[in-house]
Amino acid sequence: MESLLVANRGEIARRIIRTAKRLGIRTVAVASDADTDLPYAREADAVVGLGDPAPATSYLAAERILDIAVHYGAQAIHPGYGFLSENADFAETVTNAGIVWVGPDPNAMRAMGDKAKSRKLMAEAGVEIAAGSLEALPDVAAAVAMAREIGYPVMVKATAGGGGIGMSAAFDDEGLRAAYDTARSRAERFFSDPGLILERYVERARHLEVQILGLADGQVVALGVRDCSVQRRHQKVIEESPPANITPDLVDRLSALAIRAGTAVSYRNAGTVETLYDVDRDEVVFLEMNTRLQVEHPVTEMVTGLDLVEEQLRIASGLPPTFDPAVAVNSQGHAIEMRLYAEDSLRFLPRPGTITSWVMPAGPDVRVDAGYTEGNTVSTFYDPLLAKIVVWGADRDEARLRAQIAVDGIEVIGPQCNAAFLAEVLADPEFAAGSYDTGVVSRIIARR
Amino acid sequence: MATEIQAEMVANVWKVIVAPGDSVAEGDTLVILESMKMEIPVLAEADGTVAELKVAEGDVVQEGDTLLTLT
Repeated sequence: MESLLVANRGEIARRIIRTAKRLGIRTVAVASDADTDLPYAREADAVVGLGDPAPATSYLAAERILDIAVHYGAQAIHPGYGFLSENADFAETVTNAGIVWVGPDPNAMRAMGDKAKSRKLMAEAGVEIAAGSLEALPDVAAAVAMAREIGYPVMVKATAGGGGIGMSAAFDDEGLRAAYDTARSRAERFFSDPGLILERYVERARHLEVQILGLADGQVVALGVRDCSVQRRHQKVIEESPPANITPDLVDRLSALAIRAGTAVSYRNAGTVETLYDVDRDEVVFLEMNTRLQVEHPVTEMVTGLDLVEEQLRIASGLPPTFDPAVAVNSQGHAIEMRLYAEDSLRFLPRPGTITSWVMPAGPDVRVDAGYTEGNTVSTFYDPLLAKIVVWGADRDEARLRAQIAVDGIEVIGPQCNAAFLAEVLADPEFAAGSYDTGVVSRIIARR
Repeated sequence: MATEIQAEMVANVWKVIVAPGDSVAEGDTLVILESMKMEIPVLAEADGTVAELKVAEGDVVQEGDTLLTLT
């Protein structure tokens, strides 16, 4: 592979360009009018303007991006995360145009794209899923009957939903009837699809996920587990690998589940199998699979020493991985990633603006994947992620202490950022003890 | 007395849930704003009636702009 178009922006485009440069691959970046001054656009070997910043006409303009790839002679397209990365039709069009798609087969993307369908497929493949429906519920009576069968509490979800919208928990029949109506009207209004499913609701859950690689020869390998339970608005804020206080037995169970899930869809390239771990029942269930590189992939890189983008490019080119897949990947120490967002620390509301001062932490075992620098403007068009600060330590305590020092070293003037909130989480006794679950952020706020 | 409901940040008006004349209860979603890929529901802080809508879906609002008034 000699040339690569990066169909993304910000920190992830910059991170992909960095690996491509190291491997001697020429890069073509795309940038909307809002992004032409960002570091990734300046660091690419060529940058092509996408004009109007609205995502639909810029980073989501599939046909246009493909035309650019053809015109500039790019041999491959890396979609990063978000935008076109999980668009199976785009992946197919790219492949049909004779360009290498740095991602999985479109069929695997489609199989994992729909909540109800992927649950059914996983159940058939023997992957543990949360008890509940395998297809859309016909009516509220069916919902109540199923809830009584699997036991309360339950969660009602829109089949086409995402980001927590159209999700409602219920603790009894009466609550379920109300939750069903609310979820149905939201699903209709927001997703133009009233389909609902019902699942057992896990009250005390950890969000544990497994990084997998589907190799060029068809083998699926697991590269370790990340804990992503620190979330606000159903979005991750701090991730770590390995998870705190995790037993070797649980790592084995999670890895086996992920390999089974990946194998069931003949998965190729990098992917993440997300699971919920029920703390009280010691049970793991499949949640969903992200058929792309994940935002938090650097924590896995910090403990394994691998470069996942390099592995992606090798797999897409039909090459074997840089490591021996017959030997378990060696994982050392502990890594923590903190997402620096342009949002306030109080209510997590987005705060765009022009950056007049930008100081990031530095030092041994500190990695900063930044999308912006001094003088850049953080616009309202895209997600609020400014940078990811990733630290490594010989053990979890060392990593956490280094993370605290790193956060103290952040100074962003212009847009408000959540550095104070990151410091608050790192100092929280529950986080420090490693005994947290997905409810930790709401408890931290309640303790204020 | 009329209460003005204002935008807390620069945002696009993604969905307008209520119409003039609707009665709303505390905690009801009035409008959903969208900024930086985040959907931010604007909630009623007290029971009331929607008197006037100042925005439509697709509008861009600045911090402090009035979205609607409740009586």
